Amino acid sequence: MTDQIISQLNEYITTQITKQPRAVIDPNAPIITGGLIDSFHLVDLSLFIEKQFGVYIDDTELNADTFDTLNQLAALIISRQTG
Amino acid sequence: MENTASTIAETLVASFSSVPEQTSLVLLHSNQPDEVIRYCDLELGSIAYAQLLTQAGIIPGEVVILILPHGKDLIYSFFGAILQGAIPSIMPFLTEKLSVDQYRTSLATLFEITSPAAVITYPEFVSEVHLAASGAASVRAVLVTTQLDALAVDPLHQLGGLDRKPSDIALLQHSSGTTGLQKGVALSHQAVFNQLAHYASAIRLTEEDVIASWLPLYHDMGLISSFLMPVLLRCPLILLSPFDWVRAPVRLLQAVSRFRATLTWLPNFAYNFCTQKIRSRDLDGLDLSSWRAVINCSEPMHWKSHAMFIERFQPYGLKSSALATCYAMAENVFAVTQGGINQLVNIDTIDALTFTSQQIASQVSPEHPQALPMLSAGSPIQGTQVRVLNPQGRELPDRQIGELAIQSDCMLTGYYRRPDLTEKAFLDGWYLTGDLGYKAQGEVYVTGRKKDLIIVGGKNIYPQDIERLVNDIPGVHPGRVVAFGIFDEQTGTEEVVVIAEMEHSKQNELESSPEYWSQAAAQLSLEIRQKVNRGSDIVLSTVQIAERDWLLKTSSGKVARTANRAKYLASKFPAG
Repeated sequence: MTDQIISQLNEYITTQITKQPRAVIDPNAPIITGGLIDSFHLVDLSLFIEKQFGVYIDDTELNADTFDTLNQLAALIISRQTG
Repeated sequence: MENTASTIAETLVASFSSVPEQTSLVLLHSNQPDEVIRYCDLELGSIAYAQLLTQAGIIPGEVVILILPHGKDLIYSFFGAILQGAIPSIMPFLTEKLSVDQYRTSLATLFEITSPAAVITYPEFVSEVHLAASGAASVRAVLVTTQLDALAVDPLHQLGGLDRKPSDIALLQHSSGTTGLQKGVALSHQAVFNQLAHYASAIRLTEEDVIASWLPLYHDMGLISSFLMPVLLRCPLILLSPFDWVRAPVRLLQAVSRFRATLTWLPNFAYNFCTQKIRSRDLDGLDLSSWRAVINCSEPMHWKSHAMFIERFQPYGLKSSALATCYAMAENVFAVTQGGINQLVNIDTIDALTFTSQQIASQVSPEHPQALPMLSAGSPIQGTQVRVLNPQGRELPDRQIGELAIQSDCMLTGYYRRPDLTEKAFLDGWYLTGDLGYKAQGEVYVTGRKKDLIIVGGKNIYPQDIERLVNDIPGVHPGRVVAFGIFDEQTGTEEVVVIAEMEHSKQNELESSPEYWSQAAAQLSLEIRQKVNRGSDIVLSTVQIAERDWLLKTSSGKVARTANRAKYLASKFPAG
């Protein structure tokens, strides 16, 4: 389940945000503080997550304190889907 | 909105005494209650900072750098510095993605150029500032917001700002990056007030107006249009943080609806951003009918961005007459021209062929097969003249494209402590903007740029700063890097492309195996992305690793940006 979510997030980020469709993001690499995606793309990510996984992430949560890696983001999505 | 005072401090003090209870600003926060700041609050808050500066031995006329998050302390310390007689300059705040080392280097550059006497910052950042200031002998005090807690505010504190003359420098404004920081635009009180008077008249500012903004204050558009103008001319300002807006663009529209705001300034990309990134359910019940002007400014303006914005928000009361345009630059304090107030913005349809081949904007019908619609920036504001010059510096007639040059009564005093740069910026008393455009029926159309500057989301980015970052990465062939911008219709702003050649030795080893090459290229491209993303204000859109000698050089051996940009575009979209 986690792997599947991570792979969908990876696909979205690499094709739509960084536009490097062949790249694979390390699930433990920081994507916000690491400079992979900037603040202008956080809202895209939250819209994608809502559409794809039915999970709402509030704008006040769009920062590195809430999630910074794909692993953390996947865990957040799962916890909201089941919670 | 008459103004007889001649310095910012005098104007503020007049407002403190005549309208103490009037609301000056409302600060909106995403997860805290709103903060209403009346002129009396502004007085107490600012005087506290003025006292702090005096206690630290800061002398009127010295520069004070402000490094603070968007909020009350930034506002109070800015006006506090002015009241004290010091010259404030707001430095962009460190963001999550920016590398601390890179930021420290920028700070050190800024300290070297402006020789500030003091820095005001917040507790968490103090040690960083001390590190950056260690090599800067001028910095005598690093002051922290929390020092105010122990301060007894003395309302009768002697304000050195009241002794400043209209011709004295009031503030400094910088663009980011190593190159931008060299050019601290120094503006006098007189220049600021001339601009405000002419601009307020151009936009027909009245006591009924309410300004809503999310713009950062370190940039001229935010600092002048959506901070100094409303506070000094007593027009209420609803201020959101750029940090909050970028995560929830709907907050701006909610603010307009809630406070019946009438005026907002936005860079072009924000029209696309608002149109594309707001959930429909979040718009339910919003009323945007109070918005009388939404002014597009600070980066190339595109008619499509206006069209998508109006289509999306018309159902919520947005009037198409609200769309307006402005051509501005920090060197003229802010606005040079203004269009679309009390009338629709003119769209001039020109022939794309004569435009590119002959540098002439010949008007054609919108049905013409080569029709290219250009959005008017409006007419020059009072006190500012615009000329179009040919490469020899001679004035061109209407509809011929050349460099835009300006002369005004609100020009910068100079680039701070850089008389060499100031001198280079002028030709026979005319400031050379580096922008290309034409005039027609008294209106100005900006068509492009002579200089290699890239503007991303309203921020000026110098390609040489990006190239310098990339150049230092092991594996990149030194000197064989180019950065340029390409306008993207989807985002409504320029996207930054970097092309770098991989180092020869590395390539020789790999030549036999294309797979190896592509792996190494992918790795290098990732490193370039991370270095630039963390070392600058932007995120790269495209990184291309090129083979040896792909990049074109000029006869003097420099990488030719324009030629390489054309080569890249041709390879991306082959002719035919």
